[in-house]
Amino acid sequence: MSDQANKSAGLELPTIRSRVAGTTGPQFWRSLEEAAQSPEFEQYLHREFPMQASEWHDPASRRNFLKLMGASLALAGVSGCTSPPPEKIVPYVRAPEELVPGRPQFYATAMPQGGYGLGLLVESHMGRPTKVEGNPEHPASLGATDAFAQASILTMYDPDRSQTIFRRGIIETWDAFVTAITREVEKFRENRGAGLAILTETVTSPTLANQLQSLLADLPEARWYVHEPAGNRNAREGALQAFGRDVDVVYNFRQANVVVSLDSDFLVGLPGSVRYAREFIDGRRVSVDAGRMNRLYVAESTPTVTGAVADHRVAVRPSQVESIARSLLAAVRGEAAQVADNGSADWWVATAAKDLRENQGAAIVVAGPGQPAAVHALVHAINEAIGARGRTVNYLEPIAARPAQEGATLADLAEELHAGKVDTLVMLGSNPVYTAPGEVNFTEALSKARLRIHLGEYYDETAFLSDWHIPAAHYLESWTDLRAFDGTATIVQPLIAPLYEGKSAHEVISVLAGNPGRSAYEIVQEYWQGRLGEQDFDRRWRKAVHDGVIPETEAQTVNVQLSDALAGANATSGGSQLGDGTVEVEIRPDPTVWDGRYANNGWLQELPKPMSKLTWDNVAYISLPMGERMGLNNGDVIEVTIGERAVQAPVWLMPGQPDNVVSLTLGYGRSRAGRVGTDIGYNAYKVFPAQGAWFAQGKIGYTSQKKLLATTQSHWSMEGRDIVRVTTVDKLRQDPKHLWEGEHGHGELPSFYPDFDYSKGNQWGMVIDQTACIGCNACVMACQSENNIPIVGKEQVSVGREMHWLRIDRYFVGDPAEADVETYFQPMMCVHCEKAPCEVVCPVAATVHDSEGTNNMVYNRCVGTRYCSNNCPYKVRRFNFLQFSDETTPSLKLMRNPDVTVRSRGVMEKCTYCIQRISHARIDAKKSGDGFVPDGEVVTACQQACPTRAIVFGNLNDKQGEARKLKHSPLNYGVLAELGTQPRTTYLARVANPHSDLPGPKAANPHEHVAEKDKAHS
Amino acid sequence: MAQIFHPSTNTFARATIFGAAFILAGAAAAGGMFVRSSYVTQVDVVRDQPVPFSHDHHVSGLGIDCRYCHTSVEKSSFAGIPSTEICMGCHSQIWKNSELLAPVRESFRTGQSLQWTRVTDLPDFVYFNHSIHIAKGVACESCHGRVDKMPLMRKAHAMHMEWCLECHRHPELAVRDKADVFKFGIGEEVSQGNPPEIIFGKPNSVGGVGETLEPGRTDAEGQDTPKYASHGEELVKRYGIVTKQLTDCAICHR
Repeated sequence: MSDQANKSAGLELPTIRSRVAGTTGPQFWRSLEEAAQSPEFEQYLHREFPMQASEWHDPASRRNFLKLMGASLALAGVSGCTSPPPEKIVPYVRAPEELVPGRPQFYATAMPQGGYGLGLLVESHMGRPTKVEGNPEHPASLGATDAFAQASILTMYDPDRSQTIFRRGIIETWDAFVTAITREVEKFRENRGAGLAILTETVTSPTLANQLQSLLADLPEARWYVHEPAGNRNAREGALQAFGRDVDVVYNFRQANVVVSLDSDFLVGLPGSVRYAREFIDGRRVSVDAGRMNRLYVAESTPTVTGAVADHRVAVRPSQVESIARSLLAAVRGEAAQVADNGSADWWVATAAKDLRENQGAAIVVAGPGQPAAVHALVHAINEAIGARGRTVNYLEPIAARPAQEGATLADLAEELHAGKVDTLVMLGSNPVYTAPGEVNFTEALSKARLRIHLGEYYDETAFLSDWHIPAAHYLESWTDLRAFDGTATIVQPLIAPLYEGKSAHEVISVLAGNPGRSAYEIVQEYWQGRLGEQDFDRRWRKAVHDGVIPETEAQTVNVQLSDALAGANATSGGSQLGDGTVEVEIRPDPTVWDGRYANNGWLQELPKPMSKLTWDNVAYISLPMGERMGLNNGDVIEVTIGERAVQAPVWLMPGQPDNVVSLTLGYGRSRAGRVGTDIGYNAYKVFPAQGAWFAQGKIGYTSQKKLLATTQSHWSMEGRDIVRVTTVDKLRQDPKHLWEGEHGHGELPSFYPDFDYSKGNQWGMVIDQTACIGCNACVMACQSENNIPIVGKEQVSVGREMHWLRIDRYFVGDPAEADVETYFQPMMCVHCEKAPCEVVCPVAATVHDSEGTNNMVYNRCVGTRYCSNNCPYKVRRFNFLQFSDETTPSLKLMRNPDVTVRSRGVMEKCTYCIQRISHARIDAKKSGDGFVPDGEVVTACQQACPTRAIVFGNLNDKQGEARKLKHSPLNYGVLAELGTQPRTTYLARVANPHSDLPGPKAANPHEHVAEKDKAHS
Repeated sequence: MAQIFHPSTNTFARATIFGAAFILAGAAAAGGMFVRSSYVTQVDVVRDQPVPFSHDHHVSGLGIDCRYCHTSVEKSSFAGIPSTEICMGCHSQIWKNSELLAPVRESFRTGQSLQWTRVTDLPDFVYFNHSIHIAKGVACESCHGRVDKMPLMRKAHAMHMEWCLECHRHPELAVRDKADVFKFGIGEEVSQGNPPEIIFGKPNSVGGVGETLEPGRTDAEGQDTPKYASHGEELVKRYGIVTKQLTDCAICHR
């Protein structure tokens, strides 16, 4: 292990720089080790796993080993003599009308994400929800999902979820809770609710909001507080500054030719991101028609996926964004004198402003949730100046319900608690003991309340300090309703009765209102009875539940007036000045576990973070020059101090990170998350600012510790010509065929192996558009969920044994020391070679071709020689080194896709093109016709989840098919096709749309790039 | 020094060395017989069931169609085991006080399902789909045997992979007219005297009810040359069965 931890110790920046500069053409590199061509990387490239990775690390001695072997051999003999135990068939007593056993059903519902609803269709196998898909009718989803929604199915079946009601650690019943609280309620009726405080997360549920408001109307002295750890507090205040009122902002990216992001990761981080990603990418789809392509400018600090797809990204300190916003505002208003000096961002500001002015009414500027209110206000002013209002930017009545009183934050609650004004505190679905910023000191404040009631999915940090803990029902277990980013309401219907004693917030509030015994279903239905109308209610209700959207519930557009204060904004500083030894520390939600609510989800923990490809940890991202200056390397633990509070975090050298900025992420350092999420990483909430922007000045100090970090960035490295291809839209328009210069088309190389005949029936193929891929990981999670893929844990990931069939390779181009490195994403899974190298080396024919062109893996035939994997140039085969699939936990058995085999130890596996879905479609087609499956009938799990439709799968024999059409795109190429493998999955080159005033992507012009370098060297 | 072994040991050694071949072959044969024995395959073994349901009575005696109870056999991979409600559809009227049917009434009253023991169980890595077999003219009795003659349900075939492959390689020997899929005893009149199960390798034993005609010959009435060697081949063509695809691994394993 220590070898692993120290493996990057030998890296020195000058070496890496000279290596990168010395190569000809653009060099794509995945890790600093690769850029430096270090021996560790060579190992990943030439060996499949690092040296010694196949050794048995368990401390079991040889004697133990022999004992175990002896026993298993003996048992193997015994088990061979018996037939499998008889199985039971348990039919229905009264079969549901619509249900055909063996065929899945889909129900519309919605998932709360930061309070906002994402519309879903959930697949149910005889009452067991097994897979989450997007609801095409829902405005936030449009049929796609994100990684969190895909992984939520695991949370639902998580055996660590809270299973029973606790009163101070002792198991209690719901009736006991109701009795105890009813006594309290009587008291509150007398004193008008004085001393009662309710803490919620963001509430968009109309029913819950209505319940809270009527409770507060009954008990006027009671108080309601809202705490959303990574919420939109800055955006709200910004709107107040700009318009004098609270509004929600929604964007129409489809109409935008120019998009400017000021530290906003809008492709993944906002309530409407799934839709935004689709609309934004639809504006830059040039694979078939290179007519129109939008342009994205991003100014951000730590690299994000939005920055990675930008045409022009500039890395700045977070505090510099305000100055950039002021300069942009001045520039689009034509007040050149007011444009401040933004240093290296000057060119960016000037060009972005020019582009914005030229695209009046077809441009958007977006500010990030971590930026202070002032930036949001400035952005509102810029959007006003470029005529975005009503066209690309709309202002809505706030979606989330809010307390009427002033001061309803967690800090206000803590103050009241300290003042002894809170007698009873009810915390609904929130975990404030963990998520409270350090300066709020909520743990101490909480002890001041007499009675603490907590409703939560886990027996977490807050539950541990509460008098009563009620297990919360998962969203797939209970009735409620949610509003989406644009206000559209959805009835959230349960897919299964609560696995444990889960209750919803509706039921708890109902008890507080002195109305126990009412189910969430009754409460939600009663609310909508008043809204949908008494007349014909039953039909309307059924339709609302069935469709997953309630028509005409979108939020009203608000006519806002920009306040005069912003009319003449002065541009001054270029960001806060950093003193000696001071750095800027920014804190943001983690890309995979968000604010910590998904910490116990093993899928999300093992999901490589989009940019760093780290798993199972959060780190402190710093730039390479900073690491070199300070003598820090990956894994060295530093102490980051803001004010009086400090956290200790391992360093990660992040290409593209601006200098003197330390980026931390939330969500880790949980002390009571469950057996997966407890005690991993550090808790950044300790230094998270309670008010305002999500960054502050701080200091860093050394510690003597070093931490093993498990990153997948070097795993499954490939070697070959032009794995990622990049061009610009201008070149594409001038000469569509330019990517093919000096290139044999794939499929033309001779082969010794006989051809298959696909003239009849179906043949499958896939095209992945690298321009559309935003690296958001939704596909990786969808694949994991659909195909029963196990997780392996941090130790196993660190030796390269992660099981993801689908990985997203992230490549960098450029000098690792400069912040302007370019980032490219390439989803990579089995490409189903027509001349597959794996098939010919399998001694037992466990991996074979089928007559529709796919490359099948027959698990029951596999004996685990791993020859196939050794021979795969794409390194997409995964081997079960250990028994990774959990075959014992009962709740996880329910979760599995019944159409896919659960693999056991010693078996190879890989992407199957979702053969189970192909099989279903083929059988249906054969029953109703000649077996021809038209394009679009089979949608793979990754394709279905993809927000940007970057993955297109289809029947290549369908002349109208989209996949077939894309295969003829001038951008189409096969990765490593020069090996003659004839991959069925091909890629569309990434297309950038740089502004003519600025340099284009380094990766797009190999020859010019070399020339430049030659100039620099001479 | 005297010899350790007596000369007769040579004979003994020769016999054992030579005999080893027979012993090994015998052991292999015994092993093969064992795994094919009904002790392992459970063929013809009657399982304990909550109710001694007689297919013989319901199918042969009353003439109830398979699909009356196995409702999803044409729609889904799973043929479907009848819900208690289906049993009670009749048995709330007839035999309503029968002692044997007490578990059914109990289930209906309490809402607790009956628990049947699976008779035909394929390994979990085999994804068998009933509906496509029915749609392509593979009869119930082809796999399940003469269920209409089974007072108590038992497995009719070992369901080894080689047995599945016999049809998947030669579907023309197994398919029949769709109208006859749910019927029993079809084809037996042609092969009188044979045990009541399907015999492979004999053209027309199942697929071709009626006369066999070789290509290129005219039949008795001097009609045109038939297109197909057998009725089975014609059906394979008519049903659009792609024989080559049937032996793709992913057809059954995924």
